[in-house]
Amino acid sequence: MTFLQFLITGLSLGSVYAIIALGYTMVYGIAKMLNFAHGDIIMVGAYLAYFAMGKYNLPALVAVMISVLVCTLLGVVVERLAYKPLRKVSSLSVLITAIGVSYLLQNGAQLLWSSAPKMFTSIIPPNTIRLFDGQLTITHLSIFTIVVTLAIMIALTLFVNNSKMGKAMRACSEDKDTARLMGINVDTTISVTFAIGSGLAAIAAVLYASAYQSISPTLGSMPGIKAFTAAVFGGIGSMPGAFLGGLLLGVIETLVKGYLTTQLSDAFVFGILIIILLVKPNGLLGHKYSEKV
Amino acid sequence: MAMLEVRNINVYYGSIHAIKGISFDVDEGEIISLIGANGAGKTTILNTVSGLLPSKSGEINFMGQNLLKIPAHKMVTLGLAHVPEGRHVFTRMSVRENLEMGGFSVPREELNGLMEEVFRHFPRLKERENQIAGTLSGGEQQMLAMGRALMSKPRLLMLDEPSMGLSPILVDEIFSIIRQLHQQGTTILLVEQNARMALSIADRGYVLETGKIVLSAAADELLHNDMVRKAYLGG
Ligand SMILES: Nc1ncnc2c1ncn2[C@@H]1O[C@H](COP(=O)(O)OP(=O)(O)OP(=O)(O)O)[C@@H](O)[C@H]1O
Ligand SMILES: [Mg+2]
Repeated sequence: MTFLQFLITGLSLGSVYAIIALGYTMVYGIAKMLNFAHGDIIMVGAYLAYFAMGKYNLPALVAVMISVLVCTLLGVVVERLAYKPLRKVSSLSVLITAIGVSYLLQNGAQLLWSSAPKMFTSIIPPNTIRLFDGQLTITHLSIFTIVVTLAIMIALTLFVNNSKMGKAMRACSEDKDTARLMGINVDTTISVTFAIGSGLAAIAAVLYASAYQSISPTLGSMPGIKAFTAAVFGGIGSMPGAFLGGLLLGVIETLVKGYLTTQLSDAFVFGILIIILLVKPNGLLGHKYSEKV
Repeated sequence: MAMLEVRNINVYYGSIHAIKGISFDVDEGEIISLIGANGAGKTTILNTVSGLLPSKSGEINFMGQNLLKIPAHKMVTLGLAHVPEGRHVFTRMSVRENLEMGGFSVPREELNGLMEEVFRHFPRLKERENQIAGTLSGGEQQMLAMGRALMSKPRLLMLDEPSMGLSPILVDEIFSIIRQLHQQGTTILLVEQNARMALSIADRGYVLETGKIVLSAAADELLHNDMVRKAYLGG
């Protein structure tokens, strides 16, 4: 029974990683860059929801919508100002810039909102479902988180496979110059990708903050790194990979915490990642073959 | 005024001066062939016309518009399509999706009609409509790359080495399709290693050597030119 308990807790935590990892992997797949500031968009999203609900007493749904909207804009603006001018330079410069943007957002948050943690009220009332005479307790938030993540994954898959913009994104992820020859505006497509990734980050932010009920300017770092790990784990650039990687990471982390050690859980998680990458260098669902020329 | 007028373009890769002041014309209804050895600059010219590479000088006028000022993704709407060297099909997308990408700028309701038209030229693509393009043979990929370009209803079709790596039968097939497209009114700018084939269907040709045009004449004149015969037609 405890195993089932850990499994559900793990799936719920992993769902949050999965949402963040989807953003990472989409941006990587299309812009071919690791957006290390992605985690800090989560932090901004959490603060926005916090102020919308705590200070302005807006309903949770409205707070989430505001958070998603502002984060979407923030993601697009960051891309335009910081990354777009670097499209033709080495990917190392872009990586350094992303780290810079990450610190900028963190320090900006400290300046605006102080570094003291703030209490975050869960958007879902803290009720639980008890099964098997109370041996298994599942919070409504866990169920909500898992359902939201599934819905996001399904919607995103449909979008990428069937919509015109989704297909343009896939074309750009393979071959930008040829996409241009088709009449696809690559800059717009990259902007849309950042918009979607950042909007998703805001949703993840609210779910994550609801689970931990405390937010601070460095809130995004750890889930950011874990989600990045999950994306690599699943095969960077692959959406099902990010989804699977996120869930697995959450479950593994929870199981390690539950059965082995709390202090070393992260070391274990990253150790497992290293082993997987040694066996499958492209990740679980990474593209097996590179393009045929 | 010619349909495409290229005037004194200079293209660099970093410090490499790849195209050195080239000018040429393509008139409406013509098949023009650019021939030259490996590294002469043929692909670079097509990429510059398409807006993928910048020129440091000069002009490229296409039906009255200066292409050097227009971003690459707007070219198809002007009626210019480019089948790149090495095909560059989207390997992880299906044949059908590749064709949809070719028709990215045309209204949705025209897509099916255009696709049927492409399938008339390339019945093999129809049979493989839902196959992932990365699993097509080289010849099929070439057909897909050409079909994809046709989806935008181009006035001028630029083909970069369409015969590369194909068996002689397929080369004949591809060239007969190029001829058909031409008869239906498409103007064609053809880059080829296979100079004999290219010149046999072209109206005029330009010979390129290390970034410069060294010869331009009617195609049958080039076929009988001593220098061309020695360098490109195997004596
Ligand atoms: N991306 C690049 N970076 C640096 N130099 C390049 C690049 N692409 C082409 N060149 C150089 O520019 C020159 C022209 O190349 P281009 O590809 O246009 O030749 P080509 O005539 O198409 O040759 P081929 O028949 O082999 O396709 C060559 O010297 C080549 O080495
Ligand atoms: Mg070439």
